[in-house]
Formats: sequence, structure tokens, C-alpha cells
Amino acid sequence: MAAISRAEVAHLAHLARLAVTDEELDTFAGQLDVILQSVARVGEVAADDIPPTSHSVPLTNVLREDVVQPCLPREDVLAGAPDVAEDRFRVPRILDEEE
Amino acid sequence: MTEQGNRAAGPDADLTRWSAAELGRAIGAGEVSAEEVTRAHLDRIAAVEARVHASLHVDGEGALAAARSVDSRRAAGQAVGPLGGVPVAVKDVLVTRGIPTTCGSRILENWLPPYDATVVERLRDAGLVMLGKTNMDEFAMGSSTEYSAFGPSYNPWDLSRIPGGSGGGSAAAVAGCEAPLAIGTDTGGSIRQPGAVTGTVGAKPTYGGTSRYGLIAFSSSLDTPGPVARTVEDAALLHAVIGGPDPRDSTSIPAPVPDVVAAARQGASGDLTGVRLGLVKEFAGEGAEPGVSAAVRDAIEALTKLGAEVVEVSCPHFRYALPAYYLIAPSECSSNLARFDGVRYGLRVGDDGTRSLEEVMSLTRDRGFGPEVKRRIMLGTYALSAGYYDAYYGQAQKVRTLISRDFAAAFAAADVLVAPTTPFVAFPFGARTSDPYQMYLADLYTIPSNLYGGPAISVPCGLSEGLPVGLQVMAPTMADDRMYRVAAALESTVGLFTPPEL
Repeated sequence: MAAISRAEVAHLAHLARLAVTDEELDTFAGQLDVILQSVARVGEVAADDIPPTSHSVPLTNVLREDVVQPCLPREDVLAGAPDVAEDRFRVPRILDEEE
Repeated sequence: MTEQGNRAAGPDADLTRWSAAELGRAIGAGEVSAEEVTRAHLDRIAAVEARVHASLHVDGEGALAAARSVDSRRAAGQAVGPLGGVPVAVKDVLVTRGIPTTCGSRILENWLPPYDATVVERLRDAGLVMLGKTNMDEFAMGSSTEYSAFGPSYNPWDLSRIPGGSGGGSAAAVAGCEAPLAIGTDTGGSIRQPGAVTGTVGAKPTYGGTSRYGLIAFSSSLDTPGPVARTVEDAALLHAVIGGPDPRDSTSIPAPVPDVVAAARQGASGDLTGVRLGLVKEFAGEGAEPGVSAAVRDAIEALTKLGAEVVEVSCPHFRYALPAYYLIAPSECSSNLARFDGVRYGLRVGDDGTRSLEEVMSLTRDRGFGPEVKRRIMLGTYALSAGYYDAYYGQAQKVRTLISRDFAAAFAAADVLVAPTTPFVAFPFGARTSDPYQMYLADLYTIPSNLYGGPAISVPCGLSEGLPVGLQVMAPTMADDRMYRVAAALESTVGLFTPPEL
């Protein structure tokens, strides 16, 4: 049985903001199914009472003095942007016309 | 040392054959100038790069200026350090101020970063001369460089074969004598596996032992910058330059890197008396080609002749490392790569005034990312989504704990663990691209150390079918020195492996 359907892959692509083509969907659905069936083997491990590891460095709350540090000049930061207006990143419209 | 070893350590008329240690010594002594050394490498790049394609950008002018600066400092009586004036190539995943940084992706094509990564800053501070940026699988996802948006790199041992990945460009540059040193990054094996298949030395330091500041994030809990070189001593010298605490990386370990250079020199004396080598029982017979297994067996035999003893250790959860990794890394990637939204840097597609931000973002990401990156983003999105989180990402994190416990138990019985670096020698282009999971198997033996966080090195140990095989030496967290000692001891007995003339 397939672990993931074409419709589910289309939903994932939407969540991930990937405007995939129909052709890509066909390819990815099959490939992701193979990968998911392989990685699902983690479920064979009895680990109910095992704590998860998110990070191998046992550090918490790394603190520094709350002092203002120099940061990059605005023009350097904006230099790589696809579109700039009035010293800011310009973005396409955020709301739909009807909203 | 073997004949090949002597040649690589210089003196040789061709400066590109010298080791970094020898170049640094000769530059420091005024026997050769940094500019001469840099020119020799730029000439080599000009001669072979069309066939090897190790680089995405060569900064000839910048390199010559940096070299001249080292020469004038030396002429003024200032000390220039053991690697002062020595050229280095840097994987294109590390940001370099004013120098194109693409991460192997169309989405960052033509982007000029506004700052330097900590690793790059430390290279400059130590007087190393950056030649340029090396090719890689897009966003460091892959084992062959075939997923680079700008075409693959070619293995100097056989140009019809892959140089490994993701850091195949760094490994190919070093193997092909375009640079004596390179920087790589290792998330699941991206330094070690290219090292193994190109006959070079590649080390993944302890996670947190080298700074991630300025490393374009793929999987933040795993990404680790490290050295690529032709000798173990050179790798240790470079490791010492780039390692150590960095206040700009909150996961940086607040302790100095162990003395890896001294350990490499100690190992080169060829005495491993009392060193316990752990053989992981569960790795035996799991997936390695016969020629790889044979070369690794011979290398372990050679190490026992130097005084090391072999103990068998059991790491029952290592067989789940690959599946756990391919849930954890894609999950982190799906989150990290959300920053490529066509707003602050890089590509923007379809912004014609009629489309919404979301439409432009989705078009940009679909056009800007290649297929492997998209697969991993979707896989991670799936593993993190409601209803699947506990069974996939959560469970993988628990398996990660068990793998770390396996390492802890193994290191109670052994000082280091030894294994093949990768199950197969360099494969022909196209052999593993149609089934993505076949590509993932290249990381079978390298991934456990990433999940655990400990250091691991790949050192050339022999040939199979005329192609290099790497021995992997894994050590406990913050015991990076141990792996250098064992790797250098092996190198002292098997020698260096030099590809045929290009």
C-alpha cells in the first residue's frame, strides 16, 4: 500500500509554497512513497520512554551581555534584495483583490 | 613514507604537489613567496578546471592580493603562521563578503553576501589565501554533486565518475591539486564520503567545535564545517585554524579544540600501542562492496601491526540511523529553507504586478529549487505535520538518543570506532539519480556520527578496482585528537594515494 498519495503530495507542495507542475507531482509522489516506506522503519524501535534528542550539544540558555552590537549597514543588507523601495524590501501584494 | 608520500610532501618543482604544511613552512622561511604559490595554483586551475569543474567561482585577483599581503607582512618581519600564504578553496555553502555564494542553487545565483562566515574570517586571519568557492550538491543535499544546479564536478581519478557529495567540489579540487586545502561541511557525510571516493582526507569535527555562523543552514542540529586535505597533518592544521568557540553561534562548544596537530604528528610516528579500535558488529556485512570491505580489513590489519588492538562492539540502533537521519535532516531543512521566499535575497519569479506574494513565493521556490531540495522540503513538511509528527520526527529524535547511547557504550570498550567511510567506490554519473533512496545509501556509515555529534575522519586506506577507499575513524565528542592520531598512523603505513595525471 502506498504511504502517500498524489493528493497528499499536492497538499504538501502547497504547504511548502512550491508551485509544482503536474509532471513533478507524478514523479515526486512515487519517489516520496519509496522514501517514506524506508524511513518508516524508525517505528520498529521500542522507544516509548526514551527522551528525544533535538541537539547533541547539551547547552541551554547561552547568554551574553545586553549591549548594542554593530550591525550591517542598511544599504549592504538591501543590496541583495530582488526589489527595494524607500529603503525597504518591496513585496508583491499580500491581500487578494477581493479582501 | 611511500614514494607517492614523498612527492606530495615536496620538495617538487611543481608547487601544487606540495602539502600545505610544507608550503606554509617554505613561505614562512622565505624560500618561496605566497604569490608564487598562489599563481601556481591559479595556473593549475586554468589548466584542469574545464575537465574537473571543482569550482563555482574562482577569485584570482582577490587571491593574489591576499598572497601579496602575506608576503609584505613577512617581509616586514611579522610572523605569518603555519598556514600563512597557503591557498584554500571554500565550499559554496559558506558566505563570503562580496564574493558570489550560491549554495549550488539557482535561487541564490548572482547573490553577493554582505558578510563573511566565521570560518572564512578565521581563514583570512590566519593568512590563508582563498582561491574561490567550490561546487556542491544544491544546499548540501546529495552524495555526488549531480544535484548542483550548475553541473557536477568530476572525480580526478576517473572523470566519468562522481567525486562524492555534497562537498565533491572541495574534494575534487584537493585531489586534482587545484588547492592543497579546502573547507567542506558535513551534515550526513558531505566531507567524509567525498574524501573517501577521491583519495583525500576529510574530517568532520565534533558538532559545535567549528562555527556555523555564516553557514547557509540545511540541518542546524547536524551541519558541521571541517577540513579537506591530502594529508592528515594538513587536515589537522586547517582544523586548528577554523575551530574553537564562536560567540555568534549559540551551539558553539565553549572549550578549545583538542590539540589535533600534535595528535596527527604523534600518530605519524606509527605507534598505536594500547589504542583500542572498535569494530561495529552491526556494520559487518551491511551493504559494503567486497572491494571496499577488503581494503578496510587490510587497513585494520595494518593498524594492529602498529600496536592497536581490535575489540568488537555492538551498536544495535545504528541500523536505524539512516531512516532517522532522513526524517530529522529533511524536517530541519523544510524549516530552514523557508527563508528562501524571494523577498530579502536571491531569485524572484513572476512578480508581474498581478500575482500575490504567495503566488510569487511559490513560483520562485519551484523554479529556484532543484528536485532533491524539493523532495526533502516536502518530506520534512510531511514528517513535521500534525498527525505524523509523533510517528516520524518525534520517533526519529528518540532513535537519535538511542544511537548516542550506543556510541557511549561502545566508547567504554574502545577508544575509536573504525568502519568503511562509504559502502561503494566512486560510481559513474547517473547510477543513483533515478532512485533517490539509492543515493541516500552512500551515507550509511557516516550518519551515525552526525546524529551523535562526535567527530569522524575519512583517511585513504587502499584501492578497489583502481579507485580509492576510505577508512572512517570515529571518536567521542571533543576527542577529535584521537581520530587524527589513528588516521595519521594509518597514513604513515599505507602512504598517500595520488590520482593519475589529468
